[in-house]
Amino acid sequence: MSMNERDLLEDKHFEQVISDESICTKENIVYEKPETLLDVSMHYCPGCGHGVAHRILAEVIDELGIQQEVIGVAPVGCSVLAYNYLNIDMSEAAHGRASAVATGIKRVLPEKYVFSYQGDGDLAAIGTGETIHTCNRGENILIIFINNGIYGMTGGQMAPTTLPGMKSTTSPFGRDVATMGAPLKITELLAQLPGTYYVTRQSVHKPLNVRKAKKAIQKGFEYQKLNKGTCFVEIVSNCPSNWKMTPVESNKWLDENMLPFYPLGDIKVPKD
Amino acid sequence: MKELKLMKGNEALAEAAIRAGCDAYFGYPITPQSEVLEYLSREAHARTGMVVLQAESEVAAINMVYGAAGTGKKIMTSSSSPGMSLMQEGVSYIACAEVPCLLVNVNRGGPGLGTIQPGQGDYFQSVKGGGHGDYKLIVLAPSTVQEMSDFVKQGFDLAFKYRNPVLILTDGALGQMMEKVELFPQQERKFERLDWATVGKPADKEKNVITSLNLKAEAMEVINIHLQEKYREIEKNEIRYEAINCEDADYIITAYGLVARICTKAAQMAREKGIKVGVIRPISLFPFPYKAINDYASKVHGILDVEMNAGQMVEDVRLAVNGKVPVEFYGRMGGVVPDPDEILKALEEKIVGVAV
Repeated sequence: MSMNERDLLEDKHFEQVISDESICTKENIVYEKPETLLDVSMHYCPGCGHGVAHRILAEVIDELGIQQEVIGVAPVGCSVLAYNYLNIDMSEAAHGRASAVATGIKRVLPEKYVFSYQGDGDLAAIGTGETIHTCNRGENILIIFINNGIYGMTGGQMAPTTLPGMKSTTSPFGRDVATMGAPLKITELLAQLPGTYYVTRQSVHKPLNVRKAKKAIQKGFEYQKLNKGTCFVEIVSNCPSNWKMTPVESNKWLDENMLPFYPLGDIKVPKD
Repeated sequence: MKELKLMKGNEALAEAAIRAGCDAYFGYPITPQSEVLEYLSREAHARTGMVVLQAESEVAAINMVYGAAGTGKKIMTSSSSPGMSLMQEGVSYIACAEVPCLLVNVNRGGPGLGTIQPGQGDYFQSVKGGGHGDYKLIVLAPSTVQEMSDFVKQGFDLAFKYRNPVLILTDGALGQMMEKVELFPQQERKFERLDWATVGKPADKEKNVITSLNLKAEAMEVINIHLQEKYREIEKNEIRYEAINCEDADYIITAYGLVARICTKAAQMAREKGIKVGVIRPISLFPFPYKAINDYASKVHGILDVEMNAGQMVEDVRLAVNGKVPVEFYGRMGGVVPDPDEILKALEEKIVGVAV
């Protein structure tokens, strides 16, 4: 959100206008909650990318008309309660095992749409084995990977994707690559596996990127129907609370620091 | 017409899984149970369309079971002791989320990597929890290849009756040995939409969530209370045991699984010497036949518990007997199978020689 938009939101005149019932008519609604997104307060911190990621996921499910045909798997991490926000059947996995749980569901319900929604600690640290083997088997599922370079839920510890030099509660002097290892670019790694069909890295920190990320999720579900292999959508995201920044600062920081290391765009696209 | 076959225990169990209409098996190779995965890989899909998937680890396998069983289908896995240890986190989630499924532990000697020979050292893990938190599995202990087959069918029935994981606790000897088995007829694999299962939310129904999480302490306690009430119900309805020649017995041997058969031979040898010995074989290790053992304790002078471990079930036998008569223990460890002679000797030295 730009500074101008913020000014506008604070404008009293604006408040009066949107509360006018004559304007709040059905024809004038240009933005509403997707049916798949439940009308409840989310626990996510202000400015966190999870809310946007949930919303575009819900929009895609609505637009494809697959709400009754989709089963999601929530991880352990900040999005552990994703099932409270998405109005679909869901399973809550143990830490790191979401892709194994999704494998189990998809194998016995091959005609349904199955996705896992996982953070960086879940997918690229404790669950690395499951992630690699799920993708290597080419399970026909969609994996949505939220990478904000930190363990959010447990209070800001170093993640497998924490940038070199980046401070966290367990790398208080900055990530020292010599002793803590380099950040794991798991998305590039997974793209090498024959089992993956579509691998892309997106973000939700700007409106244009939100639209691109939504398109990527949509493709992930559409390709799932073709039974060609695993679709993997990384979303580089922010963590204002644990990065200790305002939401606006965190998005700026993401642009200037995360994206040079985790460049956006398709990494593997279907040849046919 | 009876369908009789000479089969290894592991193969009879795998065959029973196919015939019980199992929808999917997820497993990882480990001795002495790899025949289950091998047999199913060879036979199952072509015959019933059953899914068989070799996972990358036992950790992945049990979580595949969790996901698949959440759809309300008949799902199973099997492993042996070290592999079962790896699965315990997943088993705890499965128990809390009340996902019915069938687990099999072909117990080998431990601890650690241990041995590939048979053992019973996983009794505590199987009946006292294994993973974290307060939960129970329904645990069935076969003592014949026939029961290796029969308990698969019964296990699935119990799992769905109580929405609870069921464990068949057997051992490496039963898994590997061949015996005659009467196979039950093939059951149809049929899919029924269960009201709690995650198979896609119908437009006119609330979504289903399979989860073991509740961040509010009071709400989590309610879940625990519900689980405990279910376990009390299981204790009321599902106790299974076999009492062999106990009616006129002066002494009793308690043992489960294969060891109970060896003890039956020892008891027969004792009777030939004029010592009246019976055997109580708990079949359901949870729920445990406390009352039956307590009742028999009133009629005998002493009890010897025999296991292939350092003494685990003996704690439950002592709880059951509650001090009425002496309860002594004899065990072999590390994969050693006791023979009837040494059991008879232990009975004479520890019980018959000292009991009044």
